[in-house]
Amino acid sequence: MNAQTVLAASEGGEFQAPGPELFDFPPLFAGGPEWLTKPVVFAVFGALVTCALFWMAFAKPKLVPRGMQNVGEIGYMFVRDEIARPFLGKNTDRWMPMLMSLFFLIWIWNIFAVVPVIQFPIASHIAFPAVLAIIVYITKVYLGMKHQGPVKYFTNMIPPGLPLPVYFLLVPIEYLSTLILAPFTHAVRLFANMFAGHTILAFFSLVGFWFLFEKPTLAGFGVGIIGVLITIVMTAFELLIQFLQAFLFAMLAAMYIQSGLEAEH
Amino acid sequence: MIGAASVLAAEENNPLVPHAYELVVGVFSFLVVMIVLGKILTPRLQKVLEERTQAIEGGLERAEQAQKEAQQVLDQHKAQQKAAAVEASNERRKAEEQGAQIIAQAKEQAQVEARRIVDNAKAQIEAERQQALQSLRAEIGALSVELAGRVVGESLEDSARQSRVVDRFLEELEERARTQEQITS
Repeated sequence: MNAQTVLAASEGGEFQAPGPELFDFPPLFAGGPEWLTKPVVFAVFGALVTCALFWMAFAKPKLVPRGMQNVGEIGYMFVRDEIARPFLGKNTDRWMPMLMSLFFLIWIWNIFAVVPVIQFPIASHIAFPAVLAIIVYITKVYLGMKHQGPVKYFTNMIPPGLPLPVYFLLVPIEYLSTLILAPFTHAVRLFANMFAGHTILAFFSLVGFWFLFEKPTLAGFGVGIIGVLITIVMTAFELLIQFLQAFLFAMLAAMYIQSGLEAEH
Repeated sequence: MIGAASVLAAEENNPLVPHAYELVVGVFSFLVVMIVLGKILTPRLQKVLEERTQAIEGGLERAEQAQKEAQQVLDQHKAQQKAAAVEASNERRKAEEQGAQIIAQAKEQAQVEARRIVDNAKAQIEAERQQALQSLRAEIGALSVELAGRVVGESLEDSARQSRVVDRFLEELEERARTQEQITS
């Protein structure tokens, strides 16, 4: 479908770079419900894959790990030691379920960008990262009001002991960044990376496809080869970005949760 | 940014505007993962990790305990061995002492017995000698008288004289025997 829409857009005999239409999907089948699109199907599929993988690993965990449990434990240790513990410290174990879910769901959604047939990063539809960021945001504010007090949470954000005029500048900035910009950037960082990555991959693979198969010309041959090579390199690069963005999203979630549990200043 | 967003919002599919149904699907997907991975599987693993830590710590503790016990047993054993050695040497010394005592006692007894036997024998010999002497004296007397009577005839009838002569003769005889004895000894 994806390729079809792209090719449809390029049908004038002339090469056209793919644009935002890469991210538009019609219903899966004609006359199907409007919501039943490829991103929706694979978002749920990603959740199921995540559950299935970890079910294989941790359904009956043993004292001496074997097979999938070893792999799962490496994942758990990574999330615990690299994402959770630096921020949450002694609260780590309590928040591991949420951070595990966030990190691995996002990572698998991201990996879908380079899985043949799927080839679509779920997080490049902003609704998905937005939902996750909102969940983290609600958790953060709830924990803040619960652990620091409903008023104290908001006063704790402002560092004391500064000259009065500074507060006129500091208070709005602090509230704006913590309560409005933080969740927004949290979601948009992941979304934008996946969106851009997908666009780049689509562009270079289309260059290769166009100049080698669609309209093969002697002059275009070299361009096509370059397009294919860059696609391969960018795919490797995207694999890194996919992991990095999942890591970053979970890390920020850990940071926000800790900021709710205890005042920073 | 805001300007760009508003421009894009004019188009039908703005990538920055979430689809409502995708929000629902996103929440659903996350909840599924949160329940299965977060609420069911992660606690299971955490429990096992906790158990593993305890098993390792417990194992180390048990090993230490076992080593301590072994050391204790060894010490006990050594002490027992030492005590046994001391006892054995004591026993040996005692036995030696006892043996020596027994030997000394036996020696003494034997000496006493020997002396007694020797004394008895001496006394008996003396008695027998005296007896022999006595009987000899009487016999010799009678024999001598008879002999002398025969030699000198019936002249010597006076008994008093007779006995005086005989006694003198016997004394001479004894004297002679004694001097002879002195010379031999």
